[in-house]
Amino acid sequence: MSRRTRRALGAVAVLAAAALWAAPAGLMVLGSLTPNDAVLARLGGDLANGGVTFANYADVARRTDLAANLLTSLVVNGLIVALGLAVNSAAGYALARLEWRGRRVVLVMVTAIMVVPFEAIAVPLFAGASALGWRDGWLVQALPFVAQPLAVVLFWAYFRTLPREIEEAAWVEGAGIVRTFVSVVAPASRPAFAAVGTVTLLLQWGMYLWPLLMTVHEDVRPLPLGIATLYGLPPLAWGDVLAYGVVMVVPVLVLFVIFQGAFLRGVASTGLGR
Amino acid sequence: MKGAAEERAAWMLATPALLGMAVFILLPFAAAVALSLTDARLGSPLPLHLVGPVHYLRLLTDPGFLRALANTAGFAAAAVPLQTGLALALALAVNRETRASALARTLFFLPVVFPLSLVSVLWTLLYAPSGPVARVLATLTLGVWQPGDVLHDPWLALPAVLVTSVWQGAGFQMVILLAGLQSIPDDLYEAAALDGAGAWRRFRSITLPMLRGRLVVVAIVTSILSFRLFDQVRIMTRGGPDGATATVVWEAVRAAFDQAQLARGSAMSILLVVAVLAITLAVGRLRGEEA
Repeated sequence: MSRRTRRALGAVAVLAAAALWAAPAGLMVLGSLTPNDAVLARLGGDLANGGVTFANYADVARRTDLAANLLTSLVVNGLIVALGLAVNSAAGYALARLEWRGRRVVLVMVTAIMVVPFEAIAVPLFAGASALGWRDGWLVQALPFVAQPLAVVLFWAYFRTLPREIEEAAWVEGAGIVRTFVSVVAPASRPAFAAVGTVTLLLQWGMYLWPLLMTVHEDVRPLPLGIATLYGLPPLAWGDVLAYGVVMVVPVLVLFVIFQGAFLRGVASTGLGR
Repeated sequence: MKGAAEERAAWMLATPALLGMAVFILLPFAAAVALSLTDARLGSPLPLHLVGPVHYLRLLTDPGFLRALANTAGFAAAAVPLQTGLALALALAVNRETRASALARTLFFLPVVFPLSLVSVLWTLLYAPSGPVARVLATLTLGVWQPGDVLHDPWLALPAVLVTSVWQGAGFQMVILLAGLQSIPDDLYEAAALDGAGAWRRFRSITLPMLRGRLVVVAIVTSILSFRLFDQVRIMTRGGPDGATATVVWEAVRAAFDQAQLARGSAMSILLVVAVLAITLAVGRLRGEEA
């Protein structure tokens, strides 16, 4: 076999494996377009069964708080990403580029905090937040995830690699340190912001446990809770559930298609570790 | 420019994030430690009493919790080699500058944008007794194996949940390892090929050592995520059948919220942190020794 044929066969095999890997996503879309009572039969192999319908999407819009859940997810994640980028980049910059007493201790602490899983502090956090009467809001769903040790460390690792000249020019012109960070360093670091922002979104978009604990009313809940509720709510209509799932993935998928480079860079940067 | 002004600016920049972490991570963590040593109950008006390490001692002899701990540890022990190995295989498979590779990369990454709650619901459907997974398995084994209702099978439920975790997560780790592969200089491989090293030899003595740091990070992240297993268990199996898929976080949430045993749930949370810390240190040490 020539080298070229071998290459081509290899590529075909990899593509076939990738298609199989993504098949559940395809089945989700197919099921979402199938009448509720035909979903099981169709996904079980009877592909011709059922035709194509958009009725499930209309159903979901009517039966559930889809629009409110989508809005909650967008607002809460928007807050987490925007506020998170602001505070975590500033801290990462201070740790990477400035000399101050306590810098080393703080850096070690921030790195150490990374091992505390959110699940481990959810219980006391819930007790504290409910004691303050903080249930059912957007802010309470977002705030605990704004300051993130992982994001600080990623920014720290990035800012360490910047050439000194970037700041020195601004300092010579008399700009203060904070001002220099905001108007010179941050704009020059757009790729890092995009990368950390997309990773943050990827890690938070599916958030389930915290809103499960902190929200009571259906209409302030985010999408991941909404789909679990819809699934648990008899009568179980698979077409509706899958249509909800498609709606849930589309926003992140759209961002992924637009910012693919930032997504992949961001994910890759989490592998650098300490 | 330097000195006091720099000191002030640094604190100004760092304070918001540090404050956030103090309030939303350190404080609740300290509270969890404190609560675990009391008799706190959720929503109880009675005053707290310090009871010492009673909850820890009870947990370590409680068959239900030990089962959950064993499930979680077993899950991690299977997930780490499986997911790391698979992610490495995927990264090697798509490490080419061709259109086909780029497409395959996107398809392998696709499940990463699926929230775990959606993954749980979707795979519950796929695992249905007459669903696609059962059909494929029956066809592949020529009808010898009819898996039936895997999520209600005491032996298959946890492996079935494991498959969903691997499916959702392997693409993330593939990207991490792919970046590592692409940072290995080509001339290393060329020199080795000139010396007559075969593909396997080049993989063993160039690729693996150069990827070690990233592989360790991937292994640590996978084990931490395994110990956090909750969403799928809650949605797909509710810990069942008969405790077969109960995990540490599942038990902690159940104790604290369903049974109002805040102190007991907090003790479980602390044990979770201890486990995660132990794994991170152990695997990180491996990295230090072998690097």
